[in-house]
Amino acid sequence: MMMKPRFMPWAAAILIAALAQTALADGTLATVKERGFLQCGVNTGLPGFSNADEKGSWTGLDVDLCRAVAAAVLGGADKVRFTPLTAKERLTAVQSGEVDLLARNTTWTMTRDTSLGVHFAGINYYDGQGFLVSKDLGVKSARELDGAAVCILAGTTTELNLADYFRTHGMTYEPVVFDTADQTARGFESERCDVLTSDQSQLYAQRLKLAAPDKAVVLPEIISKEPLGPVVRQGDDRWLNIVRWTLFALIEAEELGVTSGNVDAMRESRNPAIRRLLGLEGIKGSGLGLDEGWAYRAIEEVGNYGEIFARNVGEASPLKIERGLNRLWTDGGLHYAPPIR
Amino acid sequence: MSDATARAIAPPRRRSGPLRWLRRNLFSSPLDTALTLAALYGLYLTLPPLVQWAFIDADWVGTSRADCTSGGACWVFIATRLEQFLYGFYPAAEQWRVNLGFGLLVAVLAALSWRGLRRRWLAAALLLGYPVVAYLLFYGGALGLAVVPTHQWGGLMLTLVLAIVGIVLALPLGVLLALGRRSELPLIRAACITYIEVWRGVPLITVLFMASVMLPLFFPEEVTLDKLLRAMIGIVMFQAAYMAEVVRGGLQAIPKGQYEAAEALGLGYWQRMGLIVLPQALRLVIPGIVNTFIALFKDTTLVLIIGLFDLLGIVQQAFADPDWLGYSVEGYVFAGLLYWVFCFGMSRWSQRLERRLGQGR
Amino acid sequence: MNGPPPRRGAGRWTGWGDPRLRAVAFQALFLAAVLALAGYVLHNTLANLEARGIATGFGFLSETAGFGIIQSLIDYSETSSFGRTFLVGLLNTLLVSALGILLATLLGFLIGVGRLSGNWLIARLADAYIEIFRNIPLLLQVFFWYFAVLRALPRPRESLSLGEAVFLNLRGLYLPRPLFEPGFELVVAALGVAVVAAGLLGVWGRRRRARTGRGLPTGWIGLALLIGLPTIAFLLAGAPLGWERPALAGFNFRGGITLIPELMALLLALSIYTAAFIAEIVRAGILSVAKGQTEAAAALGLRHGQILRLVVIPQALRVIIPPLTSQYLNLLKNSSLATAIGYPDLVNVFAGTTLNQTGQAVEVIAMTMAVYLTISLAISFAMNWYNARIALTER
Repeated sequence: MMMKPRFMPWAAAILIAALAQTALADGTLATVKERGFLQCGVNTGLPGFSNADEKGSWTGLDVDLCRAVAAAVLGGADKVRFTPLTAKERLTAVQSGEVDLLARNTTWTMTRDTSLGVHFAGINYYDGQGFLVSKDLGVKSARELDGAAVCILAGTTTELNLADYFRTHGMTYEPVVFDTADQTARGFESERCDVLTSDQSQLYAQRLKLAAPDKAVVLPEIISKEPLGPVVRQGDDRWLNIVRWTLFALIEAEELGVTSGNVDAMRESRNPAIRRLLGLEGIKGSGLGLDEGWAYRAIEEVGNYGEIFARNVGEASPLKIERGLNRLWTDGGLHYAPPIR
Repeated sequence: MSDATARAIAPPRRRSGPLRWLRRNLFSSPLDTALTLAALYGLYLTLPPLVQWAFIDADWVGTSRADCTSGGACWVFIATRLEQFLYGFYPAAEQWRVNLGFGLLVAVLAALSWRGLRRRWLAAALLLGYPVVAYLLFYGGALGLAVVPTHQWGGLMLTLVLAIVGIVLALPLGVLLALGRRSELPLIRAACITYIEVWRGVPLITVLFMASVMLPLFFPEEVTLDKLLRAMIGIVMFQAAYMAEVVRGGLQAIPKGQYEAAEALGLGYWQRMGLIVLPQALRLVIPGIVNTFIALFKDTTLVLIIGLFDLLGIVQQAFADPDWLGYSVEGYVFAGLLYWVFCFGMSRWSQRLERRLGQGR
Repeated sequence: MNGPPPRRGAGRWTGWGDPRLRAVAFQALFLAAVLALAGYVLHNTLANLEARGIATGFGFLSETAGFGIIQSLIDYSETSSFGRTFLVGLLNTLLVSALGILLATLLGFLIGVGRLSGNWLIARLADAYIEIFRNIPLLLQVFFWYFAVLRALPRPRESLSLGEAVFLNLRGLYLPRPLFEPGFELVVAALGVAVVAAGLLGVWGRRRRARTGRGLPTGWIGLALLIGLPTIAFLLAGAPLGWERPALAGFNFRGGITLIPELMALLLALSIYTAAFIAEIVRAGILSVAKGQTEAAAALGLRHGQILRLVVIPQALRVIIPPLTSQYLNLLKNSSLATAIGYPDLVNVFAGTTLNQTGQAVEVIAMTMAVYLTISLAISFAMNWYNARIALTER
């Protein structure tokens, strides 16, 4: 018995020393390279965006962004580890350096960008808040929802948008707040609430998880702008640029028609924009602190933005979400990458 | 009941048998009879449907919800997910490491309680060596064992890891705090009392919130702490305060003569405590420690609120599977039963220890 | 972890050998270590907050919250401030704790007495209750009541109802709300008069018994006063009381008092769980009263009820009350599990949503902990005072 008091603190110290990972002070890029993998924060489970299958391998739009960054930085899309995060803890995880990159359907707002110690590196999905209701209710518009019980996810911008929307339209509601998306879906399913509100992309995903998806319908109103994008820590501009330009490279690739399938053939292209994208001429990634093949690897291993969209949430996926605002600017959408030159 | 006096007056009439027992224990007065009948009726209303649901109408084998056709409990849901409930997302190929780790723990405990083994150094080596071995087994990263990141840990395994680490690390801290609380040095005493009362005055949830959102701010920027590690730090800090109060009870129960005799021998403070007082006091509080462990075992469920998947968390999460909607009662019953078996077993063990220690004195 | 060197031959060398000097030095060292640690943590925290651009200070408390809360005992809307969310959460915590303490005490005393019942079946059932409910984690019980039981209730349109006044569905329990019309003050005044009169009567009755030895059924007379006077006043004032009944309007029931399922589930779980512990305390308390006391009281000719009321319970209470208070404190702290099912208590509203919307973890968590700590310490002090008091009257 008397041995314990003396030795256990040491054992504790050993354990703590072993588990605590010390990152180097000279920037995220160096840390990631030294560690050999990218630590990426994702949603705990949102079909189409980040979802783990039974074997624990992750897929989704956000997951693919992590993989693209890993390919650009480390030369392998598989050199990434995923940390599932709840809405509440996601920003703290970035602030504390627990994750190098947060790709977890997070809305870009001024508060978050300026006073929470994080930076948004871009927008990988243009979303908006909508409503999911049961068909039985016979509701055709969100304006008919006066007095309804609404299921919401705690600690999100949707909570605030919802309050604004009902207030501006002089309607009342009963907020039923949960910690996880699963709980809100279950609340809706069991009819604890009449309405489920969230970003529309999530509503489509959650509708799929219902026992009878056909009995629920997404209302046409979009009550907010929800630009979702990757988040990095404040104070590391080089890392911010890497994430931002990897995303732009994926968008640029779609605009230029470069896909994972034809990227090798495209190296022969004479189009200077393609040649600059693939690092054959021009700035070649040196400004990012990367080698010239950064964008090539991301496109080759993960695909361009259009491929990523189609595979995870678009026509080739069970969600079948329309491109809508997420089309390229050339097709009337909002995705527009600044020139890579 | 008072046989001795009865015999002194007259030979007792033989009054036993089931009828007499029934009259005395169930129908001794009109009120008693009414209570008995009401209780029996209540049991009649609840027990048979429960048995019907849980056993007679239940489905036990199968692979999907299509196999649940009898209308009773669908234990298939539990069976197909059992592995996840026990190991979380720990890779299937590495699960032997978890089994080996807990098997070793049982072996170490058995070896320590084996009376033949009185060699202190061996015990110390085991106690010190085991955490290192367990860490290597569970986390990996050496000896050719692949690293299993802690976010893949889950289920019963995570619950046990949290409870055991919590108690093992909280004990020494608690001993120090308890000694400090009884110290003659006013500053130390005040510090220890403050620490103990503050942690005991706040709910564990707020401590876990603190550990998960505030702890990273306390360390220099370049240090990052694993989520599980943060939860563990929170649990240990919290549990140490409770442990201190348990140990204090033991220290107070040691007669003053023991302290004085030790002092008379010329022993210094740490020698007095380490060699004379603590061995006796800790022996006394073993049942209290077991009770604290039971409380902690139940409290580990709270980590699901900060996003760790302990046994309850992973069962709860399984309900969201669209293929298995509507089987939450089975999940809760399974988890509840597992927790109950552990807690009830340990509380019985602690009562037995209490009796045995009581007899020894 | 190393203390000062052990004392050898005290008195010969008055340097480190002097225990007082050593004590001062050791404490100074300790203080320095604690201050250094505190300074280190403070430095890191400030540096981190600065580096991450997180706002500090309590200014956020007066900013607009902008989110809705499902249950509030005071006026609250989306335009209220974050400071207001703190109050709303605190009151909701106190509400569920107070109701929980009431229910748990009733249930716990019942089960505890049942555990000692001469009736074998009742004793076994009480035993089973205790062993089942205290060995299952509270959070699991909360989930069970919330997700498995209350979610299985019918939808609003198929509510269970009691006389078109009380409705139960998966959105909650709907009760009629009393509406006090003018003239009701008279009833309240009559009740006040009755309380004073009954109190005076009790005191007078006790004095009279002490003087003359003859008792009066003051209890019954007092009860009659308490019920009778307000009733008369109520009838005289023309029954100034109406009821607002809940009614299905649109999606949900409106009007009346609503007990949301989150509150019901938490209340059920808290009181059932805590009652198991209280029952054990009550049992131990009653068993602690020596058997001779009961027998002596019986020999004096007291009836069974009188023995319990006058002899056993007053003595048992001395043993029961200290651990009972700590169970009440546990219940208060356990009410923070509300956050897992979305009942808007302090932890859920303030340390959850408000923390998230403002990002000011340090301030919010510190305020939340301070609340629980203040209540705990206040009750501990009250308890110590009470203990000292009954210890004095004992001898």
